[in-house]
Amino acid sequence: MTLTEWLRDPNPASRRQARLGQAWLAWLRLKRNPLAMAGLAIIVLLLVLAAFAPVLATHDPIAQNLQNRLQPPGSPGHWLGTDDFGRDIWSRIVYGARITLSVIALVAVTAPVLGLIIGTVAGYFGGWVDAVLMRVTDIFLAFPRLILALALVAVLGPGIENAVLAIALTAWPPYARVARAETLTVRNSDYIAAVRLQGAGPVRIIWGHIMPMCLPSVIIRVTLDMAGVILIAAGLGFLGLGAQPPLSEWGLMISAGRKYLFEQWWVATMPGLAIFIVSLGFNLLGDGLRDVLDPRSAGK
Amino acid sequence: MTLLSVENLRVTFDTEAGRVEAVRGVSFSLGRERLGIVGESGSGKTMTGRSVLRLIRPPGRIEADRMEFDGQDLMRLSEREMRALRGPRIAMVMQDPKYSLNPVLRVGDQLMEGLRQRDRLGRAAARAKAIAALEAVQIRDPERVMDAYPHELSGGMGQRVMIAMMLIPNPDLLIADEPTSALDVTVQAEVLRILDDLVRERGMGLIFISHDLRLVARFCDRVLVMYKGRVVEELAAADLLNARHPYTQGLLNCLPRIGGDRGPLPGLDRTAPWAQEA
Amino acid sequence: MALIEIDNLSVTFTAQGRHVRAVEGVSLSVPARESYGLVGESGSGKSTILRAICGLAPVSAGTIRIGGEVLRHDKAFVRRVQMVFQDPYASLHPRHTLDRTLSEPLAIHGLGDADRRVMQALEAVGLPTSFRFRYPHQLSGGQRQRVAIARALMLEPEIVLLDEPTSALDASVQAEVLNLLSRLRDERGLTFLMVSHDLAVIDHMCDRVLVMQHGRAVEELTRDALAGAQMKTDYARSLFEASADRMMG
Repeated sequence: MTLTEWLRDPNPASRRQARLGQAWLAWLRLKRNPLAMAGLAIIVLLLVLAAFAPVLATHDPIAQNLQNRLQPPGSPGHWLGTDDFGRDIWSRIVYGARITLSVIALVAVTAPVLGLIIGTVAGYFGGWVDAVLMRVTDIFLAFPRLILALALVAVLGPGIENAVLAIALTAWPPYARVARAETLTVRNSDYIAAVRLQGAGPVRIIWGHIMPMCLPSVIIRVTLDMAGVILIAAGLGFLGLGAQPPLSEWGLMISAGRKYLFEQWWVATMPGLAIFIVSLGFNLLGDGLRDVLDPRSAGK
Repeated sequence: MTLLSVENLRVTFDTEAGRVEAVRGVSFSLGRERLGIVGESGSGKTMTGRSVLRLIRPPGRIEADRMEFDGQDLMRLSEREMRALRGPRIAMVMQDPKYSLNPVLRVGDQLMEGLRQRDRLGRAAARAKAIAALEAVQIRDPERVMDAYPHELSGGMGQRVMIAMMLIPNPDLLIADEPTSALDVTVQAEVLRILDDLVRERGMGLIFISHDLRLVARFCDRVLVMYKGRVVEELAAADLLNARHPYTQGLLNCLPRIGGDRGPLPGLDRTAPWAQEA
Repeated sequence: MALIEIDNLSVTFTAQGRHVRAVEGVSLSVPARESYGLVGESGSGKSTILRAICGLAPVSAGTIRIGGEVLRHDKAFVRRVQMVFQDPYASLHPRHTLDRTLSEPLAIHGLGDADRRVMQALEAVGLPTSFRFRYPHQLSGGQRQRVAIARALMLEPEIVLLDEPTSALDASVQAEVLNLLSRLRDERGLTFLMVSHDLAVIDHMCDRVLVMQHGRAVEELTRDALAGAQMKTDYARSLFEASADRMMG
């Protein structure tokens, strides 16, 4: 039996096979969407850049060479040029991918989880629990995200870890909203009534029965938000509150290139392009995932 | 006189799982009479009804050797010409009025919309005509219903409003897809009687789609029995209870009866030769 | 002593300051191993009675006793009383395999031997055991309703509440599901409280039937009285006459 046959088996022999089979079908649906595949390719490329940075980088990203400063793209040995300290921009972008990726990964595992828990609990219990949790959410939503992140970093002190923490703390409210809305539609369904009738407690119902229904919309939202997260991380870097020099964070690189924007445009433009491409990749993938994961379109 | 004739109608859907044929070569013709189409879910009866109006969404495709309505070839008409047919000439009543009426508009405005736009009637004239239509479906206080929103109506009332709306332009053919399945039994009888009177008075053709054989037998002149996209039996409604085909017999026998012996109900043998061939 | 005793039950829903009386002063009692039917049109409150028994609808007056004890919604209750819902497309969790759906009650009550019990449950409702890891969307309506019945029986209850269990199904599938329910009732000595709008289905399954209208009990009929058209109220008669084509012979 080949792998695809195993995945497509209408009568799977274990939960794992059943789950993988469903994932395989979702993958087939995603594969038909060329834009989503382009987005996925960009993200895979980012992963490769980050994983093989030492191999792909042509120079040490923080080694300065002041004789070679501000070389234009296409100069020998520096195909994207060099910055004001003579550091190779390509190498810095490659190493910067690691920072961007770790920011994304950390935010992606914290904010949605927090939002999901708060949203489902608020939606399931309703009443004053809902009122309290959602008003807290509203308070967070009332501030522009970058401003709130700035304030938090100002309190916690600059640095990449604190930037991640600040972003995560400002990013959860939309997920709580999404999860709550989804919970409200699911809460009164017969299958929840059925499991309640079997004696299940609220933790089991929320964790095992409601969260799986909210997960797809949250995942879609997370992918679409990733572009925003990258931009805020870059924004904090740009303002000097995120990653600190000489780290090759993309926002920081733009900030450094600002002084030379008119004469040596590449110093700020190259990392800007990197941010643009990665953001685009996440947005394309998010749109594609919406078609695949949306509970309203699945299973028909 | 033949109002509608359909020859070798096919409806196919191309899906990820491959090609699905919902209707596989259905032929029938209809005069100014009441034709019933019965079958279980998935038998293609609804698709057959919708095909006549060309209301199948992609990836569904309609093919037919011939589909003629009152001398016009339905397969060749442009989408624009089809739109002119839908409503004034061929009308459709669906199962659940909840999904067919616009929830944010008053019933009266929805009834009058066609009259004002298509027939260019003035407000007062359109209102009078709409009220007359509601009276025709035996709504006792049409003035109140005119000013109500769809959610304020009961299921039976909503379905009567739908029928009134469909009958305002005086169509030649009415397609009713399970028009009474969502209604209570006592209301069901009433709605059917209204439908029956209207069809008789106005000499319309009627395609009545239902899963309920006995209902169709009582209500129609002729019956097509469908199974898996094919017509397995065509017979006069009066003969339905003496049907020959094992599928039709099976459908009749599997219903419980009041005063029956409560023994196991006979199921439908889907491994029998007739089912294998289909 | 009756197994299910409902005395003067009222259910009132409150929404935006308005009170809607869904059930008013309904009493009934069902001895063990009897099947009792509730029949009426939409809005008659018949399903609300089942939901009130399960704690899914607010009881505003009256008492419900199961086996002589006043109703308490705890783990002991759910092992005695289970319910099958009307719409098999809405009552199974769309992202859980049948295995998960059927083993969930075992996990909740700490019952072991899940593998064997799940396989047995599938066999008992006439589903192939190879379906164990399928998702609901890979099943037909009738197969889903079989799963819902299997789930209701996982905890081996005495009482099964059936809320229009076949109204969403085709006639031939309805016959199969009704046969299955009759068989399970005989094998396990179950007590059914069944709601339907279809008098013929109620007659086929139940020993006694309560006709309801607008939240009130209209008339209780034995099976013989129903088949013999010996109803006393006009409403019960009109309901009966609307089902006249479903008489024997």
